[in-house]
Amino acid sequence: MKTDLLTSLNAERSARRPVIVVTDVGNGEQRLVKADAIKADPLAADLDKHLRMNKSAMIEVDGKKLFLNVYAPTARLIVIGAVHISQALAPLAASLGYEVTVVDPRTAFASPERFPDVPVVAEWPDVALPPLGVDRYTAFVALTHDPKIDDPALLHALSRDCFYIGALGSRKTHGRRLDRLKEQGATDSSLARIHAPIGLAIGAVSPAEIAVSIMAEITARLRLPQEKAA
Amino acid sequence: MLSNDNDILKAAEDWQKAGRGVALATVVETWGSAPRPTGSNLVINDEGAFLGSVSGGCVEGAVVTEALDVIASGKPKMLEFGVADETAWNVGLSCGGTIRVFVEKVGS
Repeated sequence: MKTDLLTSLNAERSARRPVIVVTDVGNGEQRLVKADAIKADPLAADLDKHLRMNKSAMIEVDGKKLFLNVYAPTARLIVIGAVHISQALAPLAASLGYEVTVVDPRTAFASPERFPDVPVVAEWPDVALPPLGVDRYTAFVALTHDPKIDDPALLHALSRDCFYIGALGSRKTHGRRLDRLKEQGATDSSLARIHAPIGLAIGAVSPAEIAVSIMAEITARLRLPQEKAA
Repeated sequence: MLSNDNDILKAAEDWQKAGRGVALATVVETWGSAPRPTGSNLVINDEGAFLGSVSGGCVEGAVVTEALDVIASGKPKMLEFGVADETAWNVGLSCGGTIRVFVEKVGS
């Protein structure tokens, strides 16, 4: 591996941008493909699939064996609301490999006793969210049912490129939420990114089951091709 | 985690910039039960220090030895380890899988 390739690889990784290193294992030739260059790459289909599945693998192209080493950032989950569902959701998401952060300005909810294993930020979204660096590899869920907390949080998420945004609430509740967010300047096309009611329809009742339905929807969004995950 | 992949590749960069000879070993293929997934990295410097892993500790010693050769020659190597391997009794995978490890020099 050439020094400049290794330096760019580390720079992309520390900026949480996905990259793939393509190595011809027959002769050692190597190149680095950044995420935004995948579409125009001759190996676009293979690169896209392996990046989406976060799976490094050997492929054969024109009789050459090429190793695709996928370096995808660790997916994050930001949970707005240190509520009962979040207590089930946080450990489930952590077991799926997500870095989880819980945000809730209400200190009675946002206590380390209720969330022993994940960072909890007891601040309002406008203070808590900017330092978290919400990006393409972030899933974002709003679960408080309180517009004072959920609305500004969702507006922040909509201003970023996160791969999943979900909000708890019935269709009626969500309808009222859309009206409020529109009044604050959100466009219809950006609001369409919010998954609500949140989670896959699996008839979930308990907080733990709702957590499963949320993580199932997030997984589909992360792994399936975009058109199938919509 | 003791060292994530980020630390491992950063160490490779730091060692190389400090003037050390460095090799990068990567699991490129696995069959059957393998302890580390494809893409896992191990970096080795010319003093024999290493970070990361390509197996659960079963074959790292052998990979480090080969890596020192690669640092000296600059030529990449493909290594294979498994129970069918003739060296299996010495350095094989007790889990019964087979892995291929690509070893390349950093800065070549």
